[in-house]
Amino acid sequence: MKALSMLDRKLVRDLARLWAQSLAIALVMACGVMTLILALGATRALEDTRAAFYDRTRFGDVFASATRAPESIKTAIAAIDGVSAVQTRIVNAVIIDIKGMAEPATGMVISIPDHGEPAVNRLYLRSGRFPEPGRDNEATIIEAFADAHGFRPGDTFDVLINGRKRHLVITGITLSPEYVYAIGPGDMVPDQKRFGVIHMHRSVLEGAYDMKGAFNDVSLTLSRSADKDEVIAQLDTILKPHGGTGAYDRTDHMSDAFLDSELTQLRAMAQVIPPIFLFIAAFLVNMILSRLIALEREQIGLLKAVGYSNAAIAWHYAKLTLAISVVGVAIGGIAGTRLGHGMASLYGEFYSFPFLVFSQEPDLYVISTLVTFAAALIGAANAIMGAVRLPPAVAMRPPAPTRYRSLFGGSAGGFRLPFSQLTVMALRHLVRWPLRTALTTLGTALPVALLITSLFAFDSVDHMIDTMWFRADRQDATLTFALDRSEDAVRDVARLPGVLAAEPFRAEAATLRNGHRSRNVQIIGSNPRTDISRVLDEEFAPITLPPAGILLSERLATHLGLATGDQVEVELNDGQGRKVMVPLVGVTNSYVGLTANMSREALDRLSGQGSRISGARVIVDDNRILDLYDEVKQTPAIASVALQRISLKRFRAVIEENIGISITIYVSLAVIITFGVIYNSARIQLSERARELASLRVFGFTNREVSSVLLTELGVMVILAQPLGWLIGRSFSVLVAKGFESDLFRIPLIINPPTYAISSLIVLGGALVSALIVRRRIDRLDLIRVLKTRD
Amino acid sequence: MLADLPSTKGTIFDISGLTKIYRTGEVEVRALNGVDLTLEAGEMAVLLGPSGSGKSTLLNIVGGLDRPTSGSVKFKGEELAGASDRDLTAYRRDHVGFVFQFYNLIPSLTAWENVALITEVASDPMTPSEALSLVGLEARMNHFPAQLSGGEQQRVAIARAIAKRPEVLLCDEPTGALDSATGIIVLEALARVNEETGATTAIITHNAGIRKIAHRVYSFLDGQIASCELNEERIKPSEVSW
Repeated sequence: MKALSMLDRKLVRDLARLWAQSLAIALVMACGVMTLILALGATRALEDTRAAFYDRTRFGDVFASATRAPESIKTAIAAIDGVSAVQTRIVNAVIIDIKGMAEPATGMVISIPDHGEPAVNRLYLRSGRFPEPGRDNEATIIEAFADAHGFRPGDTFDVLINGRKRHLVITGITLSPEYVYAIGPGDMVPDQKRFGVIHMHRSVLEGAYDMKGAFNDVSLTLSRSADKDEVIAQLDTILKPHGGTGAYDRTDHMSDAFLDSELTQLRAMAQVIPPIFLFIAAFLVNMILSRLIALEREQIGLLKAVGYSNAAIAWHYAKLTLAISVVGVAIGGIAGTRLGHGMASLYGEFYSFPFLVFSQEPDLYVISTLVTFAAALIGAANAIMGAVRLPPAVAMRPPAPTRYRSLFGGSAGGFRLPFSQLTVMALRHLVRWPLRTALTTLGTALPVALLITSLFAFDSVDHMIDTMWFRADRQDATLTFALDRSEDAVRDVARLPGVLAAEPFRAEAATLRNGHRSRNVQIIGSNPRTDISRVLDEEFAPITLPPAGILLSERLATHLGLATGDQVEVELNDGQGRKVMVPLVGVTNSYVGLTANMSREALDRLSGQGSRISGARVIVDDNRILDLYDEVKQTPAIASVALQRISLKRFRAVIEENIGISITIYVSLAVIITFGVIYNSARIQLSERARELASLRVFGFTNREVSSVLLTELGVMVILAQPLGWLIGRSFSVLVAKGFESDLFRIPLIINPPTYAISSLIVLGGALVSALIVRRRIDRLDLIRVLKTRD
Repeated sequence: MLADLPSTKGTIFDISGLTKIYRTGEVEVRALNGVDLTLEAGEMAVLLGPSGSGKSTLLNIVGGLDRPTSGSVKFKGEELAGASDRDLTAYRRDHVGFVFQFYNLIPSLTAWENVALITEVASDPMTPSEALSLVGLEARMNHFPAQLSGGEQQRVAIARAIAKRPEVLLCDEPTGALDSATGIIVLEALARVNEETGATTAIITHNAGIRKIAHRVYSFLDGQIASCELNEERIKPSEVSW
C-alpha cells in the first residue's frame, strides 16, 4: 500500500506539472458533458412536462373543424370505435382591441361548457376563476397574452365577435394544451402581444354566432387500442356534409408540431455534439499520454524491474486519465446544469406550460460521467498498452532514433523543392506521424464545421425573409372576411383608409388525393397576375397563374407522389362531396406549410358557386396605417387580420436574440476545441523537439526562426483543416436542414461565403493565440541543459 | 576556395578574471573562479579536467550560450560579457561552430540538409558537399542521422559546424560517446579542419591522451586553471593512445 501511495504522489505531481494541458483536455470534455446534460435534460424536461400537461388537461388526439354541424351528430362521433371522449365547440377568429395598442390584435374565441369542465382540451387555471353561468361578458384569456399586456382578473378589453364589439371582463388566466406554442395568423414566431386566446361559455358564443345547437370544431381523445387513421376517416365521413375541413392528429397540430420540432432539434444535438467533443477529448488524451509514457519510458522500466506489475502500471496511467476526466465532468456538470436552467427559462418565454423544470435526475449525470470516462479510457488504451508491453530491459534503454523519409527536399544535387531546411523539418515531422497529423487536422476542422452548422441558420433565415416577405408575400397586411363575399368587396377594402392597393384572394379547404395518398390543405385562389402576394417557381421567379390547373409546393407534390402534368383529385370541403380531377401545372417554392395555388377563376369554377373572395392583401401607406388599424377594429366584416410587416419585425427580433445566444455558445465551444487541440499539439511538439529547437538556437537561429518550425507545422494542419471543416460543416448543415423539415416549415440550405470565412477566422484566431502561448516557451528554452543530455 | 578564408592573426579570445556562480535554491556553486586565458588565431587548444572543474562553463560563456557573473571575455576585442541575447545569437550565428558530445543533429534532416541548415543562413559558407568532403562523408550525405553510425554523426556535426567558415570551433567532449577507433577518426577530422580552415579550435575532453594533438593545453581544477602547457611537438590523432 505504501509503495502504491508513492505512485499516487507521482500522479499528483504529474498532474500539477501538466496542469495546463490537462485543463485544456478537461475543458473539451466539459463541453461534451455540458451539451449532453443540456440536450438530454432539456429533452426530458420538455417531454415530461408535455406528457404531464397533456395528460392532466386531456389534450385531444384528433381534431377537426366544420362549417356548421348539428350537435346531434356528437353521438355518432362518440360511437366511432376507439373514441373515448368527444368535445364539440364553437371556435372563431376574432379581432381584439387593446387600449393603448394601435395595431389590432387577433385571437381565437373558443367555447367552454356552461357547466363543468370540457371533456377534451381542459384549461389549466393559473389565477382567478372560470366565467359564471349567465354572465355573458365574462371570459378567461391565456397567460402569455395576459402577461404581455399586464392583464389580471378583473381587467377588461374589447373584442369584435361576429361584427359586434363586446366589452369583456377577464375572470381568469389560463393555460391551454392547444396553445403551448401560441402563434398568430401570418406569424413565424409567437407574438404574445398580438395573439390572444379567449375562452367563453358555449351559450354566449352560440348566441353571438347564431350557432344554437350547432358546433364548428370537435376534439377527440382516443383509447390506447384505437386505430387513429380509421377514426380520422370515419370522422371525416360524418363531418363532410357539414363542411368538415378534414380531421388531423397531433402531428399536424400547430402547437404540438412546434414542440416536436424543438425536441427533434434537441435530440439531434444530443446525438451529434457531445460525440464530437468526446472524440476530440479521447484523441487529446491519447496524444498527451503517449508523450508522457515516452518521456517516462525509463521510469516504467525501473518500476517493472523492481517488481511493479503491468496492471499496477496500467492502473497508474488510467488514474491519470480518470483524474482529468473527473475535472471535465465536474466543470461540464456544473455548466450544463446552469445552462439547463437558463434554457428552461428561455423555453418559458416561448412555451406556455404550468411548470417547466430542468431535469436534474442523477442518472443524467451518471450517464455523462460514464460516457466521458469511457471515451477518455478508449483514448488512453493504446498508450497504456504501449507501457504495459515494454519489457523492463528495453524500457531502460533509450528508444531507437526516429527514422524519417526524404519527402519535401529530395537528394543533394538532385531536384529540390524551394523550401528552407527549417520548413523541411516541419513538413517531415508532419509526414512522419500521419495519423496524428490527420487527427489534429480533423480536430481543428470540427470546430469550423460546428460553427458553420450553427451559423448557417442565419443565412438561411435571411434567405427565408427575403423570399417570404420581399419576393412572395409582399403585402403589409392580410384581411380575412368573416364570411366569403362577392368580388365587389375588394373595392370596399381598397377604400379603407391608407390602403394603396388591394388584391383579392379566395381560400378553400380541400382534400387532395392521388391514389391512396391524400392531404388536407387550403387552396388559395389569386388573380392570375397577382403582384402583391406572388407565387414563386422553383427558381424563385414569380409565376403567372394559369387559367386552369393547380400549382403545388414541392413538398406537397412529393407527398402526393405527383409531378407536373399529372392529374390530382380535388375535393372541396364544402359539404357537397364533388370530386374533380385537376391537372398539376407546376411546382412552387414555399418554406411554410403545404401550399396549393390556383387562379381565382379556376377555383371559382371548381367550387361551382360563382365568384367569391375570402379576403384581401393590402399595401398600406405608412403614414396612415394607424387609421387603417382603427378602421379594422370597427369593421364587422373583417374577422381576422395578419400584419406581415409586424410579423417580420417580430421574427427578426427573435432571430437576432437567438443569434446572440447561439453565437456566444457556439463560438465558446469552437474556441475551447481549437484551444484544446492546438495547445496540446504545440506543447507535445515542443516537448518532442525541445532538443532540436534548442540546438537551432545554439547554432545562432533567432527565436523567430526557431518558432517558425513549430508554427509552420501547426499552420499546415490548421490551413488543411479549413476546407475539411467547410466540407464537414456543409454536410452537417444538410442533415440539420433535413432534420428541421416538416409540413409546417422547412429551412433552405443557404451558406453564404462570409459564414465559411467567419467560421474559419474564429478558429484561425483561436489557433493563433494557442500557438503563441506555446511559442513563448521557446524563448525560455534551456540551451545548455539540452546539449548535455541524450534525447 | 579554402585559400579565400580571411586570415585571422593575433588573439581571438582574451579572458580575464572570469567568474561564474550558479545559485540553485540555497546552494551556491562557483563554477569558474577568476579564470584568465587567451586563445590565439588558428590554434588548437585542449581543455582538460575532471567533471565539474569548470571547462564546460567556460566553453558555454565563450560560445555565447551563457553569461559570466563577473570578469571579461573579449572576442577580437569586443566584450561578450554584457552582450544582449540578440547580440549573442548573432555572434553564435556568424562566428562560432559547435560540436557536442551527443552530436545534436536534426533527425528529420539528412546529413547534407543538416549542413545546409547552417549554410542557408551564413554569409560566406562552403557548400554542404564541400564541408562533408572535409570530414570524409561525401558518400553518406543523403542519409538520415538514424542511418549513420555515432562517428559518422559526429563528423556530420563537425561538417555542420565548420561549413559557415567560423573563426571559432568549440567542441564539448566530441569523442565522449564514441569508441577509440571512431574517436580517432573524429579527432582526425577536427585536426584537418583546424589546419585547412584555420579556425581557432577548443576541445573539451576527459581524455588526457588527446592533449598531445593540441598546440596548447589548459588543465582545469575547481573552477580555476591549474596549469597551461604548450606542446613543443604535436602528435597525429592516429597516434593518440586512448
